[in-house]
Amino acid sequence: MPAPEYPLKNLSCSGPQGFRWGGRNESGIEGQQKAENMQTNPYLVHHFLEYSAARHGRKVALVCDGLRLTYGEIDAAANRFARYLVSIGVDRHQRVVIFLDNSVEAVIALFGTLKAGAVFVLSNVTMKSAKLAYILNNCGATTLVAHDSRRRVIEEAMADADGVRHLVWCHHGQPCEAPQGSRRLDSFTQWSDLFVAGDSDAGGRLPAVIDRDLATIIYTSGSTGEPKGVVSAHYNMVAAARSITTYLENVETDIVLNTLPFSFDYGLYQLLMVFLFGGTLVLENSFTYPRVVLERLAVEEVTGFPIVPTMVAMLLQMRDLARFDFRCLRYLTNTGAALPVAHIRSLRKMLPHVRIFSMYGLTECKRVSYLPPEKLDEKPDSVGIPIPNSEVFVVDATGREVAANEVGELVVRGSHVMQGYWNDPVETARVFRPGNRHGEIVLHTGDLFRRDAEGYLYFVSRTDDLIKTRGERVSPKEIENALCALDGVAEAAVVGVPDEVLGKALKAFVVCGRQAHLSEMQVQAYCHKTLEPFMVPKYVEFVEALPKTSSGKIDRKSLH
Amino acid sequence: MKEGFSAGTGSSGQELMSDASNLVRKYIVENFMFGDDAGLDDMTSLQASGIIDSTGILELVTFLEERFSIAISDEELIPQNLDSIHNVVCFLNGKCPLRNIL
Repeated sequence: MPAPEYPLKNLSCSGPQGFRWGGRNESGIEGQQKAENMQTNPYLVHHFLEYSAARHGRKVALVCDGLRLTYGEIDAAANRFARYLVSIGVDRHQRVVIFLDNSVEAVIALFGTLKAGAVFVLSNVTMKSAKLAYILNNCGATTLVAHDSRRRVIEEAMADADGVRHLVWCHHGQPCEAPQGSRRLDSFTQWSDLFVAGDSDAGGRLPAVIDRDLATIIYTSGSTGEPKGVVSAHYNMVAAARSITTYLENVETDIVLNTLPFSFDYGLYQLLMVFLFGGTLVLENSFTYPRVVLERLAVEEVTGFPIVPTMVAMLLQMRDLARFDFRCLRYLTNTGAALPVAHIRSLRKMLPHVRIFSMYGLTECKRVSYLPPEKLDEKPDSVGIPIPNSEVFVVDATGREVAANEVGELVVRGSHVMQGYWNDPVETARVFRPGNRHGEIVLHTGDLFRRDAEGYLYFVSRTDDLIKTRGERVSPKEIENALCALDGVAEAAVVGVPDEVLGKALKAFVVCGRQAHLSEMQVQAYCHKTLEPFMVPKYVEFVEALPKTSSGKIDRKSLH
Repeated sequence: MKEGFSAGTGSSGQELMSDASNLVRKYIVENFMFGDDAGLDDMTSLQASGIIDSTGILELVTFLEERFSIAISDEELIPQNLDSIHNVVCFLNGKCPLRNIL
């Protein structure tokens, strides 16, 4: 497929004379501090872009859609986008919904929104119109940035979202017909019209922003009920990005390949973190074709590769994985759900030179913990220790810390604990509660953990995931780990189904690897060999795939 | 001849391509679009349009292997072979003349 033409490329041809490269004199940072000081102390999310552009404007920041864009180009484009928002009347703190694939446009729109002092909301493009309308209405968006490829969904959603007054329309190639309903808006523009060569970059000053201002609302899938919008202020996101890049030991020469959607915080933070440390992001839209991604990984000499367990399951099914060149790869990170121990061992064997970070987190604080890679062989089922500049507690129902190895709810304290749920004071008060220190709020994760004597954390279950069977409390994760160690099993999920005698009977849903054939009895026999008797599933059902939430976690509630 | 399929030995190449295309389309519509085929034509990118995700591709491959009695190797799991109905049919035709597998 030929590389799509990108209008920004035409702009960059005008060179540094006609086009400002640095972010030093742009936007809300102007005149506030000396550049040297600012570059070491970003306190706003868009500083990540601006400082990297000031440091090395000509460095390639983003490889996407066949384009290679520099920090200078992206910063200049984001400034244009920000000025456009201001010119149409988008005020500080307003919400801008970005309904785009992982793309150059999404990156520019996201940083441009922040530079304008507004709040971005990234929606997953697989979303249908009812949910998109819900989010537009729930966050009170005034502006929507969307792509022609989702025309029908957008037209339907906008018909039910009167608050949207401005529409920015992205498209392939030439500008296309305006979508239905755009005439009654206050403004409509095609993306390419924002970047006409020769237009002046001059314009009014952009609003000053402080780190308590909101930066984004991230809607989490939540297996039940309506989606919840987790609200992040700039300082929360700066704290999270700084902490994570610290333990990953990121450096400017790191090249990260991201296939995860920006609507998933794990995907979004790949972009933010790379721009913080001034590296290069190779941006893909999916892991649908693992071979294509692995070839890209080799060609681009990628050093960091964020994954989720499903991706590992797919990789390990590839018979010729060793054929691919992983020599430049320095680290893998995993979150979203724990990797089965058997999969960790296979990865370690296949990629002995790669540091593997098992991590745990939730959107409400971005990340909670990471396992230092040197501990992976010793404690493969641990999610490690709190991330730098944070602390955690494992507490009982009264809020007291439990002893080592006892199970309790995990509570998180730190600057990365977000602001709560948008427009939902009840749920916010339930999860974001006053801590023991003056005036502070801590996060009650609703996840059950235990901590070993050395302080390492082990995820036990969601509060409501533990299954009580034969009077025993069983963690489905433990059984799933065992199942995944069985040859021929690609993925597995275990749930409790009502049973008159047992309370709950265990039922395993098993996805077999390609060309693997297993029977229910083989699976049960294997479990009987490796697990205590009460943990052997009474039922085994073979399925083609496990249902997933939009962030890739197994959707247990839909299994029964 | 397999069930639900009308290709006779005298069918032209074009007819065979069209028959294969219909079979693949029917499978995709039933399994990934729940009967609503709006926006799907032979050239639609199954990935970019969000119709099929990574696990969906493996389901499609299993279907192709069973329905057309062929084996698909890991090396063949690339968008050029699978990312649209057109690509799938060309891929099938290249692997084995459709006359033999339909």
